Amino acid sequence: MLLSDDQWTILAGGTDYYPGLRSEPPKGQVLDISKLDDLRGIKRADDHYRVGALTTWSEIAAASLPPAFHALQQAALEVGSVQIQNRATIAGNLCNASPAADGVPPLLALDASVELRAQSATRVLTLQEFLRGYRLTAKKRDELVSAILIPTAALKGVSAFRKLGARKYLVISIGMVAAKLVVEDNIITDAAVAIGACSEVAQRLPAVEQLIIGESAEAHVVAAINPSHLPQIKPISDIRASAEYRYDAAVELVRRTLTDAIASAAGVTHG
Amino acid sequence: MGSNIRCTLNGVDTQLRAEPFERLSDVLRGNGLTGTKVGCDAGDCGACTVLVNDELVCACLVSAAQADGSSVTTVEGLSDDSGLSPLQQSFARHGAAQCGICTPGMLVAASRLLRDSPSPTRTQVEDALGGVLCRCTGYKKIIDAVVDVGRQTSTGAVAAGAAVGARVERLDGLAKINGKELFAADTIPPDALWLRLIRCPHHNAEFDIGNTSDWIANHPGVDAVFTSDDIPGRNCFGVIPPFADQVVFAEKKARFKGEAVAAVVGQAAAVKTLDLSDFPVNWRPVKEALSIADAKASGAEPVHSNRPDNVLVKGLVQREDVAAALAASAHQVTGRYTTPFIEHAYIEPEAGFARRVGDRVEVHTCTQTAGMTREDLAAILALPQENVRVIPTAVGGGFGSKLDLSIQPFLCLAAWHLNKAVGAVYSRIESMQTTTKRHPSEIEVGIGCDQNGQITGMDFYGEFNTGAYASWGPTVANRVPIHASGPYFIPAYRAHSVALHTNTSPAGAFRGFGVPQAAIAVESAIDRLADAAGVDRLEFRLINALQNGQPTVTGQTFHKGVGIKECLQALQKAWDKAGHSVTAYNLDCGRFRKGRGLGTCWYGCGNTSLANPSTIKIAVDTSATVQLHQGAIDLGQGANTVMAQIAADALGAELAGISLKSADTDITPDAGKTSASRQTFVSGNATRLAALELRRTILRQVNASDSAVLVFRDGVIYVEDTAQTHRIELSGLEQDTEGYVFKAVETYDPPTTDLDDNGQGKPYAQYGYGAQMVELTVDMQLGCVKLDKLVTAHDVGRAINPLLIEGQIEGGATQGIGMALMEEFIPGKAENLHDYLIPTIGDIPEFEHHIIEVEDAEGPYGAKGLGEHVLIPTAPAILNAIRDATGAQVCDLPATPDKVLAAIKSRQVEA
Repeated sequence: MLLSDDQWTILAGGTDYYPGLRSEPPKGQVLDISKLDDLRGIKRADDHYRVGALTTWSEIAAASLPPAFHALQQAALEVGSVQIQNRATIAGNLCNASPAADGVPPLLALDASVELRAQSATRVLTLQEFLRGYRLTAKKRDELVSAILIPTAALKGVSAFRKLGARKYLVISIGMVAAKLVVEDNIITDAAVAIGACSEVAQRLPAVEQLIIGESAEAHVVAAINPSHLPQIKPISDIRASAEYRYDAAVELVRRTLTDAIASAAGVTHG
Repeated sequence: MGSNIRCTLNGVDTQLRAEPFERLSDVLRGNGLTGTKVGCDAGDCGACTVLVNDELVCACLVSAAQADGSSVTTVEGLSDDSGLSPLQQSFARHGAAQCGICTPGMLVAASRLLRDSPSPTRTQVEDALGGVLCRCTGYKKIIDAVVDVGRQTSTGAVAAGAAVGARVERLDGLAKINGKELFAADTIPPDALWLRLIRCPHHNAEFDIGNTSDWIANHPGVDAVFTSDDIPGRNCFGVIPPFADQVVFAEKKARFKGEAVAAVVGQAAAVKTLDLSDFPVNWRPVKEALSIADAKASGAEPVHSNRPDNVLVKGLVQREDVAAALAASAHQVTGRYTTPFIEHAYIEPEAGFARRVGDRVEVHTCTQTAGMTREDLAAILALPQENVRVIPTAVGGGFGSKLDLSIQPFLCLAAWHLNKAVGAVYSRIESMQTTTKRHPSEIEVGIGCDQNGQITGMDFYGEFNTGAYASWGPTVANRVPIHASGPYFIPAYRAHSVALHTNTSPAGAFRGFGVPQAAIAVESAIDRLADAAGVDRLEFRLINALQNGQPTVTGQTFHKGVGIKECLQALQKAWDKAGHSVTAYNLDCGRFRKGRGLGTCWYGCGNTSLANPSTIKIAVDTSATVQLHQGAIDLGQGANTVMAQIAADALGAELAGISLKSADTDITPDAGKTSASRQTFVSGNATRLAALELRRTILRQVNASDSAVLVFRDGVIYVEDTAQTHRIELSGLEQDTEGYVFKAVETYDPPTTDLDDNGQGKPYAQYGYGAQMVELTVDMQLGCVKLDKLVTAHDVGRAINPLLIEGQIEGGATQGIGMALMEEFIPGKAENLHDYLIPTIGDIPEFEHHIIEVEDAEGPYGAKGLGEHVLIPTAPAILNAIRDATGAQVCDLPATPDKVLAAIKSRQVEA
């Protein structure tokens, strides 16, 4: 297959490919997959949702989806600008593997998997397995991400997303958090919380999840979250913020996103 | 090469020549649709926004092949033969286009919104336009224009004698909203050769260039390589001749990252796609100095061997014994403040083309000064000045940086040697790496006052990082000590400054020449001094506001026109109201706290103690058209409109009858540079004098009285006097070589004097004044700042055009917002518009303006300059409001969330 040759670069939405050229002309061979319509759109199967690799953020934002997808839809509206959302694809966001990829925390909270296709075989990796490091994925040269899979089992409950940046639009995240909660009789029975831009790869926060599962869906539970519950974050200082700030902001963002999710759960329950 | 793509372009089935992976933006422009602008090639600025299949996209991120078979709508498709769309008309009416470079993208985005939401809310407009950056307007008038589509009609023609003071729509506005305006990159002929530059990849490096003949031979399509060896004249330029030190091409040693060492010129298709990484140059990096501390480090190799200790220049203003005055003060505060490099971030990168016409060279380019550009180019090319013609194109934002030469010498040199048209466009990265920046500063200030809150003395010391070359460093070093006092009466004063060289892009002129940095330190200290004295912060400023008859810190006394008190008084009501609402809001001690803050400015219009003339020509041809040759370059601020308004009233004729001939060194006299807030004042005066002289000439023909109105129509001047109307038939009159029958040329040069060794004298003939108040909300846990409201009060002497004045205020204040909250250029990093952040449409507050008119003794109709003033108070007001809200003082700009939170935490530790 063409892709096994090192010279090929995949082009879809173009929102990472063209900026990466830094105003220079294209080099090497480019494989434009943007017209592979099979890879586009959100489909529901028996036990999962299948989000085609080429599905744009605008399509995700506009889709009619269960409340658990809300964080992903909110993130979709925070990616760059409308112009970017109309072109940028969900698979591109993952393949670019930026620590600040807005789509990743919501997908982690949804237990998303990544379907990779090569000429000979198709394999599925969890998103954690797929994202291996800073700008590094488990995708092999001859593979193409074909879809993102969300298990139906992960779609119980509601979700929320918060992004922190230094301006309103067109901004790369200083940090962002997605939280998905299942609240039954005002008790948090399940939780999935993920944070981005505070380590090389966005990650779930199991200590936070364990802390709140089984607790009542109330402010004091959220307020109890402290830095010790985020032991695995390793923020760096960069042009957007200091590492010290990211430690502080991470905890606060987690609290606020959970507060949003609790409010949302209350709305669903009572409304 | 090249294939065709087929699309429905603005409703018409069209074939376009394109390479498959060529950016759609380049395809459109290459096929003549230059209404779509390119600002960054990275989706960061949105200038290239078009519709593809009715979806908003950045055309720079769409490949030609992807657009094949689609429908594409550009700005050219928004108006038809019947004229401008209601949206475009609304843009004109509201002054929503200043320079106009972002306007096509804004219009396309807004037109898409209006299709779904014909009566959008402001929030909807912000969400829809959030992907397009504007650096001129401050966005408010753009939002107003979209919200107001179809609701209001044009105000109509202005009567004779009523132009000054009217909210006249910009006279050069049509092309800015119908996509036809030609910015520098739009003027390059399709068959021009293309030029690209070999730039130093290190902050500081020695280098050798290898065998370029072999390299040219191995690269088909490349015609020539130029280096410093090919410069006929001097390899040196600079805006201030005694300090000129910048090289066109570095020789043996490059002093900053991105400095050019060679130019590659050839067939456009070949050169544009060339991989320059194999160009024969050998780099040897040398230890660099990037910061002020690096520049001062002992043993540091000076950036220029003839400037020991990296000192370019020092400035000083002092009067009376400041140490004694401070020692005797009842209250004293001191402070230390730092600010970073700030990038102008105009959306139009440097561009243009040059061609040789016989023994002359002609350059079409974006510049803030035709005359100075010509002088330096002539010296570089070893040509007499009259053999260089500078034809300024529309300028897509300048703010000071387009005063300096950038791309022009390369274009002229190549065109001269090759005798062909040569074009080039800087990439966003090249533009940000290599053009001038606002000087980083490190400032220490001490101020004292007596028991009653009367300031007794101020001691100020500022160090400025002036980068690798002088540029406007001397101006910054001179302006700062004069202005650091702020618009206050200060009996004992000492302000000294030093500009230091480093291995960074040159720091030059940026809206305020260092004064905004000084104001941050001083206005912040003033707030703390007021607190120490137990006086309300506005009251404290009123107590100390400079008045007519009081000497400035340079010992100059104005007997008329000092308007700071009126500006501060205009804010009183808003200040009091904000005081109540802030206090009430903060009672609940919640996660968010509100604050109010003040900043002030005064700013001398025109050059500092230097000759500064403008010459304007106005003439009448046989068709009775009044031609105003006005060479004051309009960067979007509105000089074309303002000069015409002044000319109309001085001439006693209708504004609609004035035709403009804008800057071109062959057809307009030198109106000086568009900088130092001087055009309305200096060129405005020259315009008024020229128009008055033309009027006198015409009245003399028929012995009419001074109250006569002039009507110019169909080859006849009608002189409508009280008793009778005289006719002057023009067809029979003698014409000069330009075809004019009546003509007047006048010059105005503001009266200033030299400054003595203590900086005493009359540096400016006029100052403008202003004050601003910010209300904001601080997130106490995340350090995020949200601006709620900005109330401005600027003394413009006489508001020639209130619509343009509001545009200047909103745009300048928005640059101040960026300076306060987000902007920081880091050499070698932040060389793009996603790492370097400027405010978006969602980052501006509600505005309320008070235009104050305290007549100036010198300005035309009493008018004062304004362009730079408007930026100065904003950042100090924001920092003061953050302190008001939180008690925390941010002393190191920008006040990003991390710095604000750190200041809040350190304040909490203290408490």
